[in-house]
This record gives sequence, C-alpha cells and structure tokens, in this order.
Amino acid sequence: MADETHAKAPESGATGSQQAPSGPGSGPRPGGGRPGGGPGGRGKFFRRKKVCKFCTEKIDAIPYRDVRLLQQFVAERGKIVPRRLTGVCTTHQRRLTRAIKQARNIALLPFATRH
Amino acid sequence: MSRLYEVMFIVRPDMAEEDVDKLITGFTTTVTNGGGVVKSVEKMGRRKLAYLVRKFNDGNYVLLTIEAGGPVVLELERRLRVTEPVIKFITVRMDEEEKRLAKLKALRGTRRKVSAEPAAQEAAAPAEASEPAQASA
Repeated sequence: MADETHAKAPESGATGSQQAPSGPGSGPRPGGGRPGGGPGGRGKFFRRKKVCKFCTEKIDAIPYRDVRLLQQFVAERGKIVPRRLTGVCTTHQRRLTRAIKQARNIALLPFATRH
Repeated sequence: MSRLYEVMFIVRPDMAEEDVDKLITGFTTTVTNGGGVVKSVEKMGRRKLAYLVRKFNDGNYVLLTIEAGGPVVLELERRLRVTEPVIKFITVRMDEEEKRLAKLKALRGTRRKVSAEPAAQEAAAPAEASEPAQASA
C-alpha cells in the first residue's frame, strides 16, 4: 500500500486533477504494468495506432482518376472502407469518399462487383 | 465567370481512332466558340470499365481540362449527351481544389521547420509523464 500512495502523488501533480477520481481503482494497474511491460508489453494491450496514409505520405490531392490509390480504400465488394478500419483522418476520408464516388460514376470503380 | 473544369468522357470502344479525334475537335470547338479555353486534351486510351455501360465492357477514356463559364459547360454536356458514341461523361470542377492545393503548397514551403518540432515535443511528452511514476516506484 505504501508504494501505491507514493506513486500516486507525483502522477496527480504532473497530469492534473483529471486522474484523481479514477485513482483508487485504476491506480495499481498502470503502476504494475508499466515498469515490467514498457514498450514491449504495449503491443498486447493496445492496438497499433493507425495513421492516415494521406497525412503521413503528404498526399494532398485525391484525384478520382487515380484508381490505384482509390482501390486501396475500397473493399472487395466495392464498398468504401470505413475510417475506423483504415485509419484515414476525417478530412481525407471525406475527400476520399468524394473521389471514389466520382470514380464510380465514370466506371473507373465498380458500384458493386459483378454477379 | 470562368472556372476550371475537368470533363472526362468515355467513347464506345468500337470507334476508330480518327473518329475519336474528330469528336474531340468537335467538343473543343464548342468550348472555344462559347468563349472558353481548352487547357489540355488527354486521351487515356482504352480501359476496362468497372461495370457494363450500354453493354460495353471497355471504353476509350478522354479527359478534357477546360477553363470556361457555366453556360459553356452546360452546352458541352448537352452535346455529350446527344452524341451517340459517348457512353458516359463526368464534369468535375477543379478550381477550388486547385486553390486549396496551391495554398497547401505555399504553407508547406514556409512551415517545413515548424512541423518538425511539434512531433519531437509530442514524442518527449509521454516519456516525461511516465518517468515520475517509475522513479517513485
């Protein structure tokens, strides 16, 4: 117990009062997990943070003509893959959606697969 | 009010190359007659269509980039609709997008160094936060 109270004090001082209400219950867990797990243990408990392809690769324009690019964000049946699966940011998903819909209109991408 | 548009249309695959060229010149003249400017003509060639269009499985894609006003585009679209060999077309307004890109590009040029710094700070922040807990434990 003594260890826990010690550990809590610097934490609440550093991060502010937000953690204080959840302190007693969740306190021991991060304290116990962090030193042992460190960066290696993260993979088990947290999913790898997905990052927006367009932000990281600095792709400014999403043209409807670029079928290769758009195809990465279209599922097998021709659906637009949701953001939560691809990790694309809101702004780029919006533009991507528009581009895909334009490409569908001009028969570059399918509305749905054949058959 | 002149704006930048991209007009992409698909010509049926059984058209001869010369006929396609003739079609394109016909469309460019309608644009120029209406007071517009044809910036570029790009024949993207024969492509497989993603779905059947008028029972065709592939088509000749042509891309026109024009700078013109609304009435010109209206007339061009009317003509595209009437022209029998054109099986599909789409008009996309590009000037807003172009403007956004130019702005972004300018921003990139000025901000390159600043954008590198916050990333480094963010990386340092979580490390700092976890340090006190570890030290006390």
